[in-house]
Amino acid sequence: MPLIDLANPSRFLAFIERLLPWLVVATAFALMVGVYQALLVAPDDYQQGATVKIMFIHVPSAWLAMFCWGLMSVAALGTLVWRHPLADVAAKAAAPLGTAFTFLCLLTGSLWGRPMWGTYWVWDGRLTSVLVLFLMYLGVLAMWRTVEDPSRAARAAAILSLVGAVNLPIIKFSVDWWATLHQPASVFRIGGPTIHPTILVPLLAMGIAFVLLFVTLHLAAMRNEILRRRVRTLRLRFAQAGA
Amino acid sequence: MHLGPYAGFIVAAYSAAVVVIGALVGWIIADHRIQTRTLDDLESRGMTRRSSSPREAA
Repeated sequence: MPLIDLANPSRFLAFIERLLPWLVVATAFALMVGVYQALLVAPDDYQQGATVKIMFIHVPSAWLAMFCWGLMSVAALGTLVWRHPLADVAAKAAAPLGTAFTFLCLLTGSLWGRPMWGTYWVWDGRLTSVLVLFLMYLGVLAMWRTVEDPSRAARAAAILSLVGAVNLPIIKFSVDWWATLHQPASVFRIGGPTIHPTILVPLLAMGIAFVLLFVTLHLAAMRNEILRRRVRTLRLRFAQAGA
Repeated sequence: MHLGPYAGFIVAAYSAAVVVIGALVGWIIADHRIQTRTLDDLESRGMTRRSSSPREAA
């Protein structure tokens, strides 16, 4: 199937139906490998002990929290510039996922911070900018729920997504710009990762598993959103026919 | 597997991940059932979209 055909919602839906079972199997397998690596293979850290195991869910959640907003920003361009309905669908389906992974990032970070830093929370650049990201996700969710017309809601959410994208480099570089308890970048950095391979490999395994999980959930949520719009269209027609 | 003195924090973090991801999966499955059932109900009442036969187009 040519890639351009996927721009058609019906063909995209058929493509998702074929792909989803394979993605579910791949995600389940990747999660099993990731969890096995994280809990049973990765050694304890020489300073942090076993609490380093929290990193294997905290860091992939943080990656997805930022990636998801990036995806919504790209979709926002599709909405505002090309007015493509699938861009709206992609953005709307991504918002709850991004909210959930940002929440998970904040929660696991607090649970990691308490034994290592002695506190659940500090108002430093990294933690505060991720909290702002979480609040922006809630704002996008509220926008989708309060504006009834999907195309108007999509435009409003797209503008918020593009404005909010400014926060992504702030999150990334906050640990370099300001004093913080949070450790600096240790995987995606110039000069390569600073983590020992025995911990880096399980982290990347969990990262791949989380990305597959996100792709699976996102495509399934997009399928639901396309169906929801069909339902809305039929109901409007039903109401008009009855009027 | 020995989780050391902070086992509670580690277990809480992994439990939270299971709950959050489980909630996402459950919500998406339930939402799909609701939309499919509603669509079937509307189509059984003779409502179809202009562009195609039932359930074939967006």
